[in-house]
Amino acid sequence: MSVSRIYAVFLRQMLLIRSNWARFSNIFIWVAVDVVLWGFITRYLDTVSRSGFSFVPLLLGAILLWDFLVRVKHGVILAILEDIWSRNFLNYFASPLRVSEYIAGLVLTSAVTSMTGFLGILLIAFVAFGFTIFKLGAALALFLFILFTFGLSFGIAAAAVIFRFGPAAEWIVWPMAALVSPFAGVFYPVATLPLFLQPVAKIIPASYVFEGMREVIFSGTIPYSQFFIGALLALIYLFLSYFIFLRVHQAVIRSGAIIRFSAEDMS
Amino acid sequence: MNKESGVVNDVVLEVNYLTKAYGSLEAVRGISFVVRSGEIVGLVGPNGAGKTTTISMILNVLEPTAGSIRILNRDSKIDRVEVMEAVNFAAVYAELPGNMTVRQNLHIFGLLYRVKNIQERIRELIKEFDLERFADTKIGLLSSGERTRVHLAKAMINFPRLLLLDEPTASLDPAAAWVIRNKIRGYADRDSGGVLWTSHNMHEVEAMCDRVLFLSHGKILLEGSPKTLLQENGKKDLEELFISIAREPLLSE
Repeated sequence: MSVSRIYAVFLRQMLLIRSNWARFSNIFIWVAVDVVLWGFITRYLDTVSRSGFSFVPLLLGAILLWDFLVRVKHGVILAILEDIWSRNFLNYFASPLRVSEYIAGLVLTSAVTSMTGFLGILLIAFVAFGFTIFKLGAALALFLFILFTFGLSFGIAAAAVIFRFGPAAEWIVWPMAALVSPFAGVFYPVATLPLFLQPVAKIIPASYVFEGMREVIFSGTIPYSQFFIGALLALIYLFLSYFIFLRVHQAVIRSGAIIRFSAEDMS
Repeated sequence: MNKESGVVNDVVLEVNYLTKAYGSLEAVRGISFVVRSGEIVGLVGPNGAGKTTTISMILNVLEPTAGSIRILNRDSKIDRVEVMEAVNFAAVYAELPGNMTVRQNLHIFGLLYRVKNIQERIRELIKEFDLERFADTKIGLLSSGERTRVHLAKAMINFPRLLLLDEPTASLDPAAAWVIRNKIRGYADRDSGGVLWTSHNMHEVEAMCDRVLFLSHGKILLEGSPKTLLQENGKKDLEELFISIAREPLLSE
């Protein structure tokens, strides 16, 4: 792999973000809205519950971590869409750029944009609601690793779908994470789900993060074995998504769709 | 033989029995040709003849159904990365991202092709293609002629040994086209680059190309220097020859 080519893919995205305030604000704006909305909801719940239980770490912590995963996924999708919108695939893949280098460039882009957005909302959560996610301690690093890896696999799989089916497929890939969220136990324990749906949560890496987060908050213990399963699943999905992207790239080269990408023709 | 570049027998591009079929439709049918160092080869033919399909296969963005492509004596599929570092292209259908400036685009492609002394190379190209005034302008704001010059600057960024040009002067006025033609001729003569050039401008092909390949229905029907082809076929210019060939159905059909 060439560092120079990975940097080229990354640099292009950074230059685009820097050149337009709309792209830059997109890193923060929706996650900030989520944090503010859920911050007020948790405050209200604290007021009406009268149990003395604080919903802030439970719900606000959950929304911060979920938004991080979504931003990782969106970081990859937005980067590939920039290349679709500017019809840049032909220039890229007729150059010495390898698929692995292209994906690495997208991953690097997503890492920077998602971490920037995450730090921004941590600041908002602290200033507006006095919440700091660092209370989760060392477990936070494990949470972020699983969510980042799972978010990347989501993003790369979504990129493969767009690459395979053309620009119109972007409307399929945006809500992909939202479809998973009810089964990931983001806001409620997996045990809340009907029995027949609970096995679905077992194959979603994010569910181990949110179950683990609640355990850390309630008991102060870190369930390492659960994290291990979550991390392993996330890594498997990451390799699987990369494999899918490779296969799609081969199919696109075989069919010639890369030359007439806007025609959305894979026949 | 150029020992430094690894070119054997001076051949930079060798295409053997290249075929591309889409189901029962054969867009390219077993064509073979070579492009030598310092040579400009014109690939001409009517719309749908298979010119762009051929160029796409050489660029590795379209998989051939059969046949082989060797660039600088290496298999272009097996050694894709190393081979593509010595190749570049400009085509009317391959626009550079319009939302980035000329300088930014050249920088990105310089990194992709791992160009040494990249800033110096960008300065050279901006000067050579008369792009100083637009260097920090987004490409989407340039005229089609100015964009063509940027595309050619990008195509030259890695000092390619093989340059593929798909109608590079299609949107240029005669004066701008003349300048570009001279630059490409200079590149072939000075840097010993091989050029495969498609164009519908037969006067341009006649003036520029050392050899011409007439492609029709995916097959090479004629091959030779413009002068020889005219003598052999009893035509006064390439345009007349083009029209006569384009109108003829293939004998095998």
